[in-house]
Amino acid sequence: MVELTQEQIQKLKELGRTQKENLLKMGETFKEDVKKYKAAIYTCNATSCHSGGAASVIDAFKESLETMGLSQDVRMVCTGCMGLCATGPLARVEIKGREPFLYKEVTPDLARIIVSEHVAPALRDGAEQPLRLSNYLKSKELSLQLPFFIKQRKIVLARLGHSDPENLGEYVATGGYQALMKCLEMKPEEVLEIIRKSGLRGRGGAGFPTAKKWEMLAQAPLCDGEKFMVCNGDEGDPGAYMDSCILGGGAHAVLEGMMIGAYATGATSGWFYVRAEYPLAIERVELALKQAKKYGILGKNIFGSDFSFMAELRYGAGAFVCGEETALLESLEGKRGTPHPRPPYPTQKGLFGKPTAINNVETLANVPPIILKGPEWFSEVGTATSKGTKVFALTGKVKHSGLVEVPMGTTVECMVNEIGGGTSSGKPFKAVQTGGPSGGVIPASHLDMPICYEELKKLGSMMGSGGMIVMDQDDSMVEIAKFYLNFTVDESCGKCAPCRIGGYQMLQLVKKIADGEGTQSDLKKIQEIGTAMKQAALCGLGQTAPNPVLSTIRFFYDEYETLIQQAQQKKAEKQKLQAELSSIEHEMKKLDERKPDSTLPAAGCSGQCKKE
Amino acid sequence: MAGNESQEKIKEDTQKLLTKWKNKRGALIMALHDIQGLFGYVPWEAMEVTAKEMGVPMARIYAVLTFYNYFKLKAPGKVIISVCDGTACHIKGSQGILDAFHDCLGLKDGQTTEDGLFHLQVVRCLGCCGLAPVVVVNGKTYGKNTPADVQKIIAEWRQKMTETQGE
Repeated sequence: MVELTQEQIQKLKELGRTQKENLLKMGETFKEDVKKYKAAIYTCNATSCHSGGAASVIDAFKESLETMGLSQDVRMVCTGCMGLCATGPLARVEIKGREPFLYKEVTPDLARIIVSEHVAPALRDGAEQPLRLSNYLKSKELSLQLPFFIKQRKIVLARLGHSDPENLGEYVATGGYQALMKCLEMKPEEVLEIIRKSGLRGRGGAGFPTAKKWEMLAQAPLCDGEKFMVCNGDEGDPGAYMDSCILGGGAHAVLEGMMIGAYATGATSGWFYVRAEYPLAIERVELALKQAKKYGILGKNIFGSDFSFMAELRYGAGAFVCGEETALLESLEGKRGTPHPRPPYPTQKGLFGKPTAINNVETLANVPPIILKGPEWFSEVGTATSKGTKVFALTGKVKHSGLVEVPMGTTVECMVNEIGGGTSSGKPFKAVQTGGPSGGVIPASHLDMPICYEELKKLGSMMGSGGMIVMDQDDSMVEIAKFYLNFTVDESCGKCAPCRIGGYQMLQLVKKIADGEGTQSDLKKIQEIGTAMKQAALCGLGQTAPNPVLSTIRFFYDEYETLIQQAQQKKAEKQKLQAELSSIEHEMKKLDERKPDSTLPAAGCSGQCKKE
Repeated sequence: MAGNESQEKIKEDTQKLLTKWKNKRGALIMALHDIQGLFGYVPWEAMEVTAKEMGVPMARIYAVLTFYNYFKLKAPGKVIISVCDGTACHIKGSQGILDAFHDCLGLKDGQTTEDGLFHLQVVRCLGCCGLAPVVVVNGKTYGKNTPADVQKIIAEWRQKMTETQGE
């Protein structure tokens, strides 16, 4: 590395200070610009709504505003996820002096009607006139007073649905990068202290205290002048898409969190590891990095300080095991994603053999608000040991399926029945699955359980990244267990025997039971293998792979039992039939063996011929 | 197999594309992503060029390609049908959708029709669970499907492909 002279460093710092001013100015300009508008239409363009046709809706809004001469008065904003994905595409109309109004299932036709029958008259008549909406428009309203919206507490998702994720000015105008600026005026230890006080724990599943991880990295010496921060965006849990939406709804917040971590720990560069299956998240991270480089947020002597940092983006390639931190590091190095034992921990020997801290997307997104609003503000939310909020992807057979953020400690009841609006089928709720292939089920009998790291663990499940799948009485728990186990067996990297062989054998036994061939001893064997895997597997994937099976056995033992009883009955009936069959066969054989009696006349012959 | 001319073209294009990644550490997977982005799969010729340019043994490239689900070693069909079998889609009946595709096209996961038109693959979670069960065909998303929708989807793409061929 080339050493810079004092003079060069001073110049860089000066440039950094100008860049900081420019950035803040950008935020101010944005605020001024927005004031010009009388109204705004926010359209959700996150993955789900986009898949549902949001792009053509946005075009229709724009075209319609243009033809009605309203483009100067109405601001069109394409936002991140608004939450209620099941009823997308969503669009919210905000007119100065009036309550915001949310529309569901918006089509290009509906968009045109919204402009001509809602936005245009409201702007023409002024805020005093009551708004008369047609029954059709009213039927498309999604009340913002639904428990789905009011029961949430948004820290990480605060900007999603309210701002343009591609607009850096808007990010800055809403406090963006000001947490980083604040940190740069503090000592790294002070930043660590704030995070420690906040009680923030990893949102990737295990709940390791973030400050502790960062302290470990801070203590590790630089290796060849380097130390790394890694953002784990390899959200492989099928049925979970929180990280995708957080990144897609604005990657600057995650980048800012990563940079604050880097400043606190002395890390020199950062890496985003994002699933290749998330094109929108990738696009937004790429854009954020590009903008950050352009405006001097990334680079040398950032904002005139002594802190320098660069970040890069890498894609995953469809391997669930890469969510495990040591496997992720292998993958980042361009290798097969096989985990290795810890210690050494990545904070001692990580990416390219250098000290590395790996944080989940949501964890990092929590950091800037904690810095800006203080650790007390954050730790007031949540339970004694689980602080803050948690983002969940509430899916499956639930009426209001979508992305939600709730305080830690929210009960399962509130999640499913209030926020989720109950089951989509109207049939009785049976269980909710958390933690994906590493987690377990929470049965209806535990509806009052507060959702936090400890309680979930007690039930044999885990927080996981935040997938929450609601199931009704029609869903077979044995099938669910089979589904997840099939997944982990498929995704096992094959390095250690407990996971490779144990998982496979366990799956065969679960399949045997599901197919109505199982016995009691199979069930016992499943539990034995499960316990062995938990203790002996090398990494988190193998250690937690038995959870879906063990947890369903624990809470829905009768379902396994019924299948086994049915199998036994089937077997008994089969044996009975077989016994009958063999006795019939025996009789038949006896018949076959009977010799014809030669003294008897042939059938049909009366002996008449002889008489003639 | 690619003809001599196209083999040369693959090598040339790969070489061009690798200049971006050649000197970056740990960039093998990113390079392979770009190669698949260009050709739709990772051709053998491209692997050879990558091995040479990036100084990585062929064995390791092959090991990486076969470890990750995302990479394809054979050219898929023109119409790639991805059926999501994430948990939400599974609960909402993705198996029925898969069965319907199997009935209509005779395809199972990872197979391509003999005419090279349709390729079926099972994927895990596309991040739009609110639309479960989800099918994505060449980037176009179909949400809240029933087995009856499958025929419509196939007919739509069959027509689209004959139209583009006619042009």
